[in-house]
Amino acid sequence: MVDIAPVPRRPSRLRPLFWGVGSGLLTLALTLLGLLFVTFIIARIVPIDPLLSILGERATTAQYEAARLAYGLDEPMWKQFAIYLWDAVQGDLGTSIRTREPVLSEVAERFPATLELATLGTLFGVITGVPAGVLAATRPGSISDQVVRVVGLLGYSMPVFWLGLIGLLVFYGKLDWVGGPGRLDASYQMMMQFQMEQYTGMILVDSALNGAWDMFANAISHIVLPAALLGYVSMAYISRMTRSFMMNELSQEYITTARVKGMPEWRVVWVHAMRNVLVPLITVIALSYAYLLEGSVLTETIFAWPGLGSYITDALFAADMPAVLGGTVVVGVAFVTLNMLSDILYRLVDPRAQA
Amino acid sequence: MSSLRLWLTDPNPASRRQARLGQGYLAWLRIRRNKLAMTGLVIVGLLLLMAAFAPLLAPHDPLAQDLSRRLLPPGTPGNLLGTDDFGRDILSRIIFGSRITLYIIALVAVTAPLLGLLIGTISGYFGGWIDALLMRITDIFLAFPRLILALALVAVMGPGVENAVLAIALTAWPPYARIARAETLTVRNSDYIAAVRLQGAGAPRIIWGHIVPMCLPSVIIRVTLDMAGVILIAAGLGFLGLGVQPPLPEWGQMISSGRKFLFEQWWVATMPGLAILIVSLGFNLLGDGLRDVLDPRSTGK
Amino acid sequence: MSLLEVKNLRVTFATETGPVEAVRGVSFSLGRERLGIVGESGSGKTMTGRSVLRLIRPPGRIEADAMSFDGVDLMAASEREMRALRGNRIGMVMQDPKYSLNPVMNVGEQLTEGLRRRDRIGRTEARAKAIAALEAVQIRDPERVMAAYPHELSGGMGQRVMIAMMLIPEPDLLIADEPTSALDVTVQAEVLAILDGLVRDRGMGLIFISHDLRLVGRFCDRILVMYKGKVVEELEAKNLAQAQHPYTQGLLNCLPRIGGARGPLPGLDRSGDWAKEGA
Repeated sequence: MVDIAPVPRRPSRLRPLFWGVGSGLLTLALTLLGLLFVTFIIARIVPIDPLLSILGERATTAQYEAARLAYGLDEPMWKQFAIYLWDAVQGDLGTSIRTREPVLSEVAERFPATLELATLGTLFGVITGVPAGVLAATRPGSISDQVVRVVGLLGYSMPVFWLGLIGLLVFYGKLDWVGGPGRLDASYQMMMQFQMEQYTGMILVDSALNGAWDMFANAISHIVLPAALLGYVSMAYISRMTRSFMMNELSQEYITTARVKGMPEWRVVWVHAMRNVLVPLITVIALSYAYLLEGSVLTETIFAWPGLGSYITDALFAADMPAVLGGTVVVGVAFVTLNMLSDILYRLVDPRAQA
Repeated sequence: MSSLRLWLTDPNPASRRQARLGQGYLAWLRIRRNKLAMTGLVIVGLLLLMAAFAPLLAPHDPLAQDLSRRLLPPGTPGNLLGTDDFGRDILSRIIFGSRITLYIIALVAVTAPLLGLLIGTISGYFGGWIDALLMRITDIFLAFPRLILALALVAVMGPGVENAVLAIALTAWPPYARIARAETLTVRNSDYIAAVRLQGAGAPRIIWGHIVPMCLPSVIIRVTLDMAGVILIAAGLGFLGLGVQPPLPEWGQMISSGRKFLFEQWWVATMPGLAILIVSLGFNLLGDGLRDVLDPRSTGK
Repeated sequence: MSLLEVKNLRVTFATETGPVEAVRGVSFSLGRERLGIVGESGSGKTMTGRSVLRLIRPPGRIEADAMSFDGVDLMAASEREMRALRGNRIGMVMQDPKYSLNPVMNVGEQLTEGLRRRDRIGRTEARAKAIAALEAVQIRDPERVMAAYPHELSGGMGQRVMIAMMLIPEPDLLIADEPTSALDVTVQAEVLAILDGLVRDRGMGLIFISHDLRLVGRFCDRILVMYKGKVVEELEAKNLAQAQHPYTQGLLNCLPRIGGARGPLPGLDRSGDWAKEGA
């Protein structure tokens, strides 16, 4: 028998994974530090005096001084940042000036609505975008390729807030096919608040868990338009990326191997090529998900969606800086977390990815 | 004309300039065959013309109010696209709005890539801890949701065109820094840079005179592709009331003011939105075509 | 009766600058023997091999007066009929296992895929066959190789896996397209020996595509020499030294010989009529 170098014993797939999580957490921590630093700077250079907005115009000088001490504003900058940092790590993002409620609990209340919307939107984007991209890649230059390309570019060029208004005008105003702004009709809104067990804050999930299917249907009728809208934007991105990844994979030699083995074309595309496309596509999907979390700022304004995006904009107009920055930090955290998750998934899907 | 073409397609160019122009000519030929890219070019061209000749093209003063003629539907004689709630002609406002849009695009297209180039080339040229630090900062900005960061910045600096531009530029530079750094790393150790260094040139001069020009082509493609995004963010800021202030005819802010009459007078919000869509589509088509032509990797068949 | 019959095969690619002919009228027939196809890169030898399996993708197009495999008309066969031939009756080993194996599927999955999907064989049986095939290509530790991913294999190892994969269904014809060119010199001989033994034992037809005339001369029964999409000479391997065509002679002469003269090797002379476009 010819002497053959032994195959190296493969290390457990989990070990590089742990490394990935480790370095991911480090990146996360550093990025968050930067995030907090930037928001801190922004908060300090803001021309609005936070004390005046808390105390009101008529506060006496003594009251003002007392408050200055109480809020630690007499400390040097670096110490203020350290305090801000320490508070943030403990989950204290400050107190909203408008409501006098802790920002974190307000944000926590709003977050599920945004999450629900962005998740559904991403789902829609993946379900339509991946097949569209594959279709275009398998027939480059064909009519279907052109259509996918133009539809995608339109999605890239679309002012989302405007499309939302048009959608409302057509599907709610004229056709009355969908529920209007908000997450529920007013009657269900009361029911949700007072008669339902709230598990997640996501109405679709909670109403289903409560077995309230009429409310579930109502929530669907409200979410379908904004979700389809966000889904379109994410579909534009996902279909383009899928097309380019798929084209690249289909030109590889292992595809010929699969064909030589007599595999049917659907299997060549959807199994052999797709498993390779999936590797970079995961990052793209995570990015588009993160992008939707952000894109919700404008969409939520249009659809009166009580999520994080509308929280931030509302706070902005009330000059409620702690709320704006708190909301920003939370979106940033979601952003970074998604990036890290996609990195982990990437390692799981691609056997070549070593720590 | 034909001798010019011969000169351009000469397979043995006599000078570097001829070779460059020849390459450009071939690229132009390829772009011209790409119908979508040409559509984009035409749209962008029309936008430039519209902005340049706005006073000649617009049938009315974009700011002139006429309360007796408010909320007229499209097709009304004298007001092709209808009027808004102050009786201002929507078409004229859209035509003049193109100036504001171009102004914002131009400012961002100059500032953001410049900032990115500066950070990217410095990072790539010096390497070491400077590189690590600058790239970490870049990553942080990349991790930041762009629109929300721009929102927060505008909130701090106060609404207005210049502040909106600044906020957009401050959120748009990281990709350019990444590109510039990658390009810098490929040329940093080349012989001609070493030669310049031996002649006694200092770092600023090497970076500005010899490295930045190498980064420009890839940065310019990226700028074209990014312009549509800039238009959308600027319109978004305007829509939220954080960009250009009324009564100036900025498209995003026009949509926002038409929102109140959405169900009755749909055109007030619809028309400026169409303008945004068409212009950003134009930039996307053009950028897409440019990339197809200039990036050899994406050449399909 | 011959196994494969090819008459006047043409492969054309439509490009931006007009059609380009990669193969221009190639004819040959093949029994259960070893046919070598030799030529420099761009001579159309790879395209000829892939045409037999009808694996030329658009914008490429295949034309032929006749092309049949064991009585099946390859030009008229439906895609379904072609799939039944591919893998099952005609296999192909490609140049570089680094690219020809799917990087995100483990070896076992790729080996058993054909058995399980095409032949509907159960998991355990397919696995046993795959392990037997790996043993047949002299892989010592088949269990471990089954669980490995392609990037964890050396080039020689990968090519053995590739050969095993193609030989599992016991095809009648194997097309080997530069099967050793991407491998280290020391491994080439081993892989060739394995290929040689398997083809001999199983009595398959073999089309061996290579740029290496001497290698083909040693390995095959008959040789086709291709240049610019055409067959310029066909001869028995044992008569290689008596090659008539100037191109073949040129190929032979530009290799150094042990004990030969130490002067500079002659380059290929392409001045003859045969090298002209459209000749």
